[in-house]
Amino acid sequence: MFILRFKKIFFALAIILVIGSLAGIIVKGFNWGIDFTGGSVIEIQYTAAVPSSAQVSATVKTLLPDASVQQVGEKGFLIRTAVLTQIEKDELLKNITSTGEFTEKRFNTIGPSVGKELRTKSIISIILISIAITLFVAFAFRSISRPIASWKYGVIVITVLLHDIIIPAGFFAWSGIQVDTLFVVGILTILGVSVNDTIVVFDRIRENLTRFHGGKNALPFTEIIGKSISETFTRSIMTSVTVLLALLALVIFGPESTRNLSITMFLGMFFGTYSSIFVAAPLLVVWNNWQENRALTQGKK
Amino acid sequence: MWKQRIIAVILLAAAVGLGFLVYNTEMKKTKTFRLGLDLSGGTHLVYNADVSGVPQAQVTDSLSTLREVIEKRVNGLGISEATVTNETTTLTGTREYRLVVDLPGITDVQKALDIIGQTPLLEFKIENPDFDPNKQLVVTPDMIKDGQIDLSQAMQGSMPFIQTGLTGQYLESATLEFNPTTSAPTVGLQFDAEGSKKFEEITKNNIGKSVAIYLDGEPISTPMVNEAISGGRAVINGDFTPEEARQLVGRLNSGALPVPVTLVSTESIGPTLGADALRAGMHAGLIGLIAIMVLLVIWYRLPGLIASVSLLAYSIIMLALFKYIPVTLTSAGIAGFIISLGMAVDANILIFERMKEELRAGKGLKDAISEGFDRAWTSIRDGNISSMLSAIILFMFGTTLIKGFAIVFGLGVLISMLSAITISRIFLKAIGGSRAGRIKQFLFSSGLSQ
Repeated sequence: MFILRFKKIFFALAIILVIGSLAGIIVKGFNWGIDFTGGSVIEIQYTAAVPSSAQVSATVKTLLPDASVQQVGEKGFLIRTAVLTQIEKDELLKNITSTGEFTEKRFNTIGPSVGKELRTKSIISIILISIAITLFVAFAFRSISRPIASWKYGVIVITVLLHDIIIPAGFFAWSGIQVDTLFVVGILTILGVSVNDTIVVFDRIRENLTRFHGGKNALPFTEIIGKSISETFTRSIMTSVTVLLALLALVIFGPESTRNLSITMFLGMFFGTYSSIFVAAPLLVVWNNWQENRALTQGKK
Repeated sequence: MWKQRIIAVILLAAAVGLGFLVYNTEMKKTKTFRLGLDLSGGTHLVYNADVSGVPQAQVTDSLSTLREVIEKRVNGLGISEATVTNETTTLTGTREYRLVVDLPGITDVQKALDIIGQTPLLEFKIENPDFDPNKQLVVTPDMIKDGQIDLSQAMQGSMPFIQTGLTGQYLESATLEFNPTTSAPTVGLQFDAEGSKKFEEITKNNIGKSVAIYLDGEPISTPMVNEAISGGRAVINGDFTPEEARQLVGRLNSGALPVPVTLVSTESIGPTLGADALRAGMHAGLIGLIAIMVLLVIWYRLPGLIASVSLLAYSIIMLALFKYIPVTLTSAGIAGFIISLGMAVDANILIFERMKEELRAGKGLKDAISEGFDRAWTSIRDGNISSMLSAIILFMFGTTLIKGFAIVFGLGVLISMLSAITISRIFLKAIGGSRAGRIKQFLFSSGLSQ
C-alpha cells in the first residue's frame, strides 16, 4: 500500500502545513470582526455616482479616525467603527452624504459584552465537541482493543481533527480575512463532518480486524490497515468531492454573508479528507510499531 | 421484486406530489417559507436587563413581566412574526439577563427603538381658571430658587390646561373601538377603582367645560363634559388613523417596564440585502445540486441515477419540513442545507462502493445489493452520529445565527440517512432484479471499469 510506504512524506506534509498555520495564528493573529470585539458596521450602497474608496475613507475618518472602510462590490462600502449610538451614526451618514447619494443597507452594533460572550461560547463549543467526538469514537470502537486499544483511535481522531481545523484557521490568519461568527460555525462543523471520513476508514479496520486477526486467515496488522485504506479510498474521495462541489457552489454563487463559512468548510473538508486517508490510519500503524518495539526491548531486559 | 417496484412507484409519486405541494403553496403564498431577519430584512435588538434593583427571588418574575411588556409593545406594531425572548448568560463573567427582540420587516432601527423604548404618558387635564391667552410668560426674580427657575409658577395663567393627577397610571385597560356613527377609530379607556373615582370627580366639577387628554405632553383630544361620569369609562376621539389608534392602545396597555434595560446590540438588514442573499443562496443550492447529480450519474451510472433521484427526494422532504415544522431559514441555514446536499450522497456512495465489492467477490446482483446495505450500515451510523453530536452542541451553545445553521444541518444529517437507507434501497432492489446480464453489469459498475 503506497500510502503506508510513503507515510513519512504524508506526515511531513501535514506537519509542515500545521506548523505554518500555527505560525500565522501566533505571529499574525486573527483579524477579529465586530462579532467578537464589539463595534458597529454600516453597509451603504451608492445609488448614483460612486466615489473612490479613498474619498469615502477620508470622509469617515474626519469624524471617526479609527474607523475602517472597505469596498464591497461595485457600489457598496462597509464601514467598521467602535460602538456607535444612533445619533453618532446619523451624524456619520450625514457627513457621508457629501460624497454622493446612497442607501443604508445594513447597520449592526454589537456590544462588547456580547462579543466577549461569543468568544467564550466558541471556545467552550470547540472543547465540548472535541471531547464528545473522542468519547464517541472510543465507544464505537470499544469492541476492538487488540492490537491497539480503542481509546487510541479516539486520540488519533482528535489529533487529525486538530490538523483539519488548524489549517483553515491558519489560512484566515495569514490572509487577514475578518473572522466572524460563521467562521466559528465552519470550524465547529468541520469537527463533526471531517471525522466522518476517519470513522469510515476505522470502521473498515474494525471489520477487517475481526476477520483477519488471529485464526487461519491471519494477516499482519500493517497489511490489515493497508487493505482497509485501499478498500475505502474511492468512497472517501467521492464523498469529499460531492461535499466540496456543494461548498464550491456556495463559495462562488452563495451570498456574501456566508462566504466565511463556506471557505472555512471547503478548506477543512479538503484537508480533512487528506488527513483521514493519509494520516489517521497510518498513525495507527506507527503507534502499533512503537508498541511492539517497546514490548520487544522490554522483553530483552 | 414486483412488490419493490410497486413501492418504488408509489414513493416516486409521493415525492413528486410533495414537491408539487411545496411549489404550489409557495407560488400561491398559502404557506410560504419562514424567512429569518437576514433574508427578509428586519431588525434584531438585544437588550441587557438591569436587575440589580430587584430582590433575587423576584428576578425571574420581573424578567418575564419585562418580556410580556415588551412583547405587548412590539405587537402594537402589528408585526405578526415579531419574537421576544429572554436569555441568560454567565459567560461574560457575571450573570447577565438579555432580552432579544426580532422585528421582521422593520428596517428603521430608530422607529423600532422608539416604539419599544417609550412608555406613553397619558394625562387628563382641566381648564385653567387663571388662563389668559394674552398673558406673557414672565419670570420674576422671586421665582428663582437655588439657581433654578420654578417654571410652574411662571407658567401659571399662561397654560390653557392644568394637571388633575389623573394619569395612565390609573388605567386598567385600553381598547380599540370605532365610533358607531362615524366609524372613526377611537380609544376606549377603563380606569381602575381609584382612577374611576378621580374621573367621576373631575367630570362632576367640570360640567360644561372641556377636559383635555394629553399624550406625551401633547393634547390629542379636548372633549366637552356634559355630565358626571361614573364607572370609569372614557373614550378618546383623537384624529386617529386606525394604525395610530392601535399603536396607542398597545402602548397604553403595555405600561411601564419593571426593570431598566439598555440596548447592547442592534442589527438591521435592508430588504434588498436580504433578497439578494436569498437569491444567491437558492442559486448556489441549485448549481450545487446539479453538479452533484451530474457527477453521480457519470461515475456511478445507474446507481448514480438512483442516488440522484433519492437526492432530489431528500431535497423535497427537507423543503417540506422547513415549511411545515416550520424552520426559520437564515442565510446560514441555507448554507447548512447546501452542505447537507453534498453529505446526503455519502451514505449512497458508501452503499454503492460496498455493493461493487460484493459484486467483484462474485456475489449475484441481488445478494450484492442487500449485503452492500447491511455492511455499509455501521459506518453510515457512526459517521452520522458524530455529525449529529456537532449539530446538537452547536445548537445548545449557539446564538440565533448558529442555531439557524445547526437545526438545518442536524435535520439534514438525519433525513439524508433515512432517505439513503429507505428510498435508495427500494429503488435499487426494484431495478436490480436477480440476474445480472452484461448491460446491467455495466450499469452497476462505476468509474472507468467496463
